[in-house]
Amino acid sequence: MTIDWIDKLRRLLQTIAFCLAVSAIQYAFQPEKPYDIPARYSLAIGLLTWALIDFGRHLFTSSEDTGWPAGIAGVALPVVGIVLGYVAGTALADWWCGVSSWAEQGRAQLRISIGITLLAGIAAIYYFYINGKSAWLQARMNEVRGQATEAQLKLLETQLEPHMLFNTLANLRMLIGTDPVRAQDMLDRIIAYLRATLSASRSTEHPLAREFERLRDYLELMAVRMGPRLAYTLDLPDTLREVPVPPLLLQPLVENAIRHGLEPQVEGGHITVRARTRTGPDGPLLMIEVNDTGAGLPTTLPTPGPGQSFGLVQVRERLATLHGDAGTLDLIAASAGGTSACVTFPLKMAPTP
Amino acid sequence: MNPPAPRALIAEDEPLLAAALRQELAQAWPGLEIVATVGDGRSAVQQALALQPDVLFFDIRMPGLSGLDAAVELADAWPTEGPASRPFPALVFVTAYDQYAVQAFEAQAIDYLLKPVQTIRLQKTVQKVQIALMNKAQAAINFEATIRQLRHLMTAPGVVAPGGTPATAGITPLTLIQASNGSQIHMVPVADVLYFEAADKYVRVLTAAREYLIRTPLKDLIGQLDTQVFWQIHRSTLVRASVITTVTRDEAGKLHLELAGRTEKLPVSRLYAHLFKAM
Repeated sequence: MTIDWIDKLRRLLQTIAFCLAVSAIQYAFQPEKPYDIPARYSLAIGLLTWALIDFGRHLFTSSEDTGWPAGIAGVALPVVGIVLGYVAGTALADWWCGVSSWAEQGRAQLRISIGITLLAGIAAIYYFYINGKSAWLQARMNEVRGQATEAQLKLLETQLEPHMLFNTLANLRMLIGTDPVRAQDMLDRIIAYLRATLSASRSTEHPLAREFERLRDYLELMAVRMGPRLAYTLDLPDTLREVPVPPLLLQPLVENAIRHGLEPQVEGGHITVRARTRTGPDGPLLMIEVNDTGAGLPTTLPTPGPGQSFGLVQVRERLATLHGDAGTLDLIAASAGGTSACVTFPLKMAPTP
Repeated sequence: MNPPAPRALIAEDEPLLAAALRQELAQAWPGLEIVATVGDGRSAVQQALALQPDVLFFDIRMPGLSGLDAAVELADAWPTEGPASRPFPALVFVTAYDQYAVQAFEAQAIDYLLKPVQTIRLQKTVQKVQIALMNKAQAAINFEATIRQLRHLMTAPGVVAPGGTPATAGITPLTLIQASNGSQIHMVPVADVLYFEAADKYVRVLTAAREYLIRTPLKDLIGQLDTQVFWQIHRSTLVRASVITTVTRDEAGKLHLELAGRTEKLPVSRLYAHLFKAM
């Protein structure tokens, strides 16, 4: 475990200030006595107690939510810290002042000093505990927020892949001069694609029919670029049009089919996206297949990199979040060459007749 | 008499973009004759060798063979010595995305255009190529510079063909090659391997006595082997440097290696010919 020394220094200074404040209060009640003697005792006891507890807690595993030792250790640590701190601190201050508290002090005086130590100790521990807990929570929150932002950025980066974007714009630039009608149609599809990509993270579900429209936008853009090398079929039965699905769930699968299946092949190929229902053990399942006649699965799967298997990981993660084990993604090497990606999850809604 | 009109070849897999480049070139360089337009890297190499143009416009991301690999293959196959020799064409890469850090190319042998191609930028490229073509005496120097730059591009970090993995630094070098043969797996110590050669979907692993096949792509192997021990001498060949006995130059100017323990000769790519120089 690493110790945050800046944090420790801050607490040391806070403890010193607190000890001096305690002895100042004592002095206020007994102005006839000197200030320095109680200050020495207060500092010795306070600092020892703080050191015992604050360094002692690193010997135990801390709880996830507070940063404080869990279970019995969480109670035992301050108790032992206060008792030991009191005894050792008193002895230390005795040596410092050249007196012996145990021999010379009356019972009443001893009771007062024990009382002060207990009260001050509990107050200080409570303060540090609350402080530590909020700092811990803050740190956890920042961490989680950071992860979410990173995931979103990565998703956006894969969807707005620069090759896709600039090649598409280059095609558009050409069409503006030669075929304005087609250029306008292409621009409309770019707009729909961008809008869907940028808003996909905000809505949680949309109808399957809309998901297929977005796939058509993407495939149409790619068809302009690839010309006769890309042919596609979208097969969505009318009964499944209204089934809610997470937005752009299928997008990475179609992108993979093009990028790893069709693009490496000189002759291109055909992509089929097909939605079907199937009866599963716990009710009906929705099954969506993305088949291509492309280059097929690589013999060794590519290691994660920009725009590579991140797409599949992301589809799997979204399925797991929404459906747990009931949502699956299977990649199958098709017998005739090419790849088949199949997403299956429970059908939430009865298909409209 | 006027010199013959300069001739160009375009390799671009997107038909509209190929047409766009042809159109833009007709404006920017009316005297340029486009002798062929091809849609993949393999055809680009074949057509360039057959037609011997003066300028090449290669898209980088193409099916079959990337523009970069096509340029390397062409540089190897180009006749630079003997009666059929011609100056190597001026090379212009065209790409949608600046993954090779374009700035570095401004003053260099190979030019680099970003898609969508802007008219003003294309004019600059045309001027540069025209100057290079006029200066015939510089041809050999330009070819050397092109080779150097291609070599630099092939090894630049982060530069990988789609689907490939970047060479990973800091990984402990491979010591054993596991090659499957039917139901058996042969454990081949890397120390016994004389060379690796990429062949279609496999990589051949050659020892003094035997040959094994593995499926790990050569570019993944490179990242796991000690580059001091194994030298890349060709796009498809990694050789144990300590077993090279002789390097021979043939009449076409190409280098071939002989290895202790093997009888075959291995061709050295022009890209890696700089590794072999007498001390």
